[in-house]
Amino acid sequence: MAQLPNTKSMGGVARQGMRRLPLNATILAPLVALILLFVVSSIASEYFLNTRNISNVLRQVSYTGIIAIGMTFVIIAGGIDLSVGSMVALVGVIILYIINTISDPIQAVLLGMLAAIAAGGLLGLFNGLLVTRGRIAAFVVTLASMSIFRSLALYFTDAAEVSTRNPLFSNVGGGFFLGIPIPVLVFFGLAILAHILLFHTPYGRHVCAVGANAQVARYSGIRVERIVLSTFVIAGICVGLSAIMLTSRLNSVSPSDAGYFYELDAIAAVVIGGTALSGGRGTVWGTVIGALILGIINNMLNLTGVSPYLQGLVKGGVILLAVLLQYKRA
Amino acid sequence: MTLSRLFKTAALATALASASSVALADDYHIGVTVPSADHGWTAGLLWWAQNAANELSEKYPDVSFTVLSANSGTAQVSNVEDLMIRNLDALVILPHNPATLQAVITEAYDEGIYTVVVDRELETPAQDVFIAGDNPGLGEQAARYIADELGGEGNILVLEGPPIPINSQRVDAFNRVMENYPGINILASQTTDWNPQQALSVTEDLLGSNPEVDAIWAGDDDVLVAALQAINENNRDDIQLIVGGGGSQRVIEMIREDHPMVKGTVTYPPNMIASAMALAVHGVKGEHLGDMYHGVPSRIILAADLITADNVEEFYEPEAAY
Repeated sequence: MAQLPNTKSMGGVARQGMRRLPLNATILAPLVALILLFVVSSIASEYFLNTRNISNVLRQVSYTGIIAIGMTFVIIAGGIDLSVGSMVALVGVIILYIINTISDPIQAVLLGMLAAIAAGGLLGLFNGLLVTRGRIAAFVVTLASMSIFRSLALYFTDAAEVSTRNPLFSNVGGGFFLGIPIPVLVFFGLAILAHILLFHTPYGRHVCAVGANAQVARYSGIRVERIVLSTFVIAGICVGLSAIMLTSRLNSVSPSDAGYFYELDAIAAVVIGGTALSGGRGTVWGTVIGALILGIINNMLNLTGVSPYLQGLVKGGVILLAVLLQYKRA
Repeated sequence: MTLSRLFKTAALATALASASSVALADDYHIGVTVPSADHGWTAGLLWWAQNAANELSEKYPDVSFTVLSANSGTAQVSNVEDLMIRNLDALVILPHNPATLQAVITEAYDEGIYTVVVDRELETPAQDVFIAGDNPGLGEQAARYIADELGGEGNILVLEGPPIPINSQRVDAFNRVMENYPGINILASQTTDWNPQQALSVTEDLLGSNPEVDAIWAGDDDVLVAALQAINENNRDDIQLIVGGGGSQRVIEMIREDHPMVKGTVTYPPNMIASAMALAVHGVKGEHLGDMYHGVPSRIILAADLITADNVEEFYEPEAAY
């Protein structure tokens, strides 16, 4: 009789340990899905495991992946940000405007990148203030700002694509360090930072608490408004980073096209990664895996040459499958 | 279609596609990427690309095609990157937006891939062949036809496309021709964004404010169909002639069946992608076209053909998506 409660508490400790390591079912399920997809893809196409292909996939994933990391914070805190795609276009236009105005190439690139982070942060602040001070639902605020940001990007450029002749800029997103594309390094570096922020700081615990139950969090002395506001600023800064990587890789920006549907890819990555859309719990690693799953699906469909009409069906099916797998285990 | 049949089709398509990519490793592999089918013309583009892939790979067994579509310029960049992984010999691309695609097309071209750019020109050329339709020609042909049919006298409405260079080339050419006909009066020239819903409401408004209209020029055939609906709903019998642009099968059928108002359209053919693919086949093999003394030309502009009851059979392709 005395042993029973003992084993129970042992299990409890073990389970708690798992939760701290974030290696519970919600993260294992997407990981299993990723491995499965990886194996299927290697069999389906002889080109899949090609080093250059892997490097391409990682780079293709990193633009939406960086945004999805920011989105993870917003969603865990109980919000949503639909404006990130349009924000990429607007920030991209701002970067290229600055780079094309300043004549010294090094100064131009540095200031352009700084401005991108600042602009992303400010646009995120705009969203966050409307949600917290304006007391409007995040869905509505960012639905409106999605339209506003895209419209401003179109207005500043007369809907025309902007490109640059700056000789250095394309080395940022198009460059490699130790054989790895720079956007990929930024993506993984950011993921590690975000993971630490979310799981090993009081701030991260507050984000989860606010998303789980804002009222209780408020009674526990957490400044709920400030936390919610900060998640939108984080999302904006991530958009700024993504815009730097994307516009420099392409050496141009198209205001009507840049970041098109990125919000949906980012949300899909977060959800596949096991973060609850209702907020309160989630992991950064899950989001990274979710983004990788989406990227590998796209890549595999292109490599195997599946009919363009059917690609959407396969993509949607795999997303549903990944999420179903997760709920069965959880 | 039941769900299980749908899955079977998907599985079959995957199996077939992977089988074809394994079977032809040492021959010519041509990658094709176009904007996804978001309106009539691009739907036609994709249909013709797939049609040409079937026909050309049947005719030339040493050639295989992969046809992809992308819903944005950045997605198309990924398309090109993914195609290049598969030992591409030639790339045929209708760029979503040229500046976004410039970097990656240049990469492909610099790697020695035979590159054919279709319809939208790159700022810095990076291709073996550029092939496009004749935008000013489309405007000129439409203007001459309307002026002739009206006997040089009448009131006309112009339904323009979105404010992009292609549209201004068409409309400017149209207006230049019309300057020679002082009896023709252009009542209004309004944008429809080549979008049928918008075309419907714009035409309704224009018909409401202009009681006497003799002819309408729609820069796009989908816009023409929408304008026709507005005319019928408003019971207008003053309009004698509507001329389109593009050459959709729907409008071609109307011309074929002697429609009282729809008597002509000017081609801006989506099957230019099919010709581009044929050029890639011959270009990548280093062959000449027909009896030409030179290799594949570096720049080809397809004629803007006026389609009327006289020649409509030549352009009739009931299976095509546009």
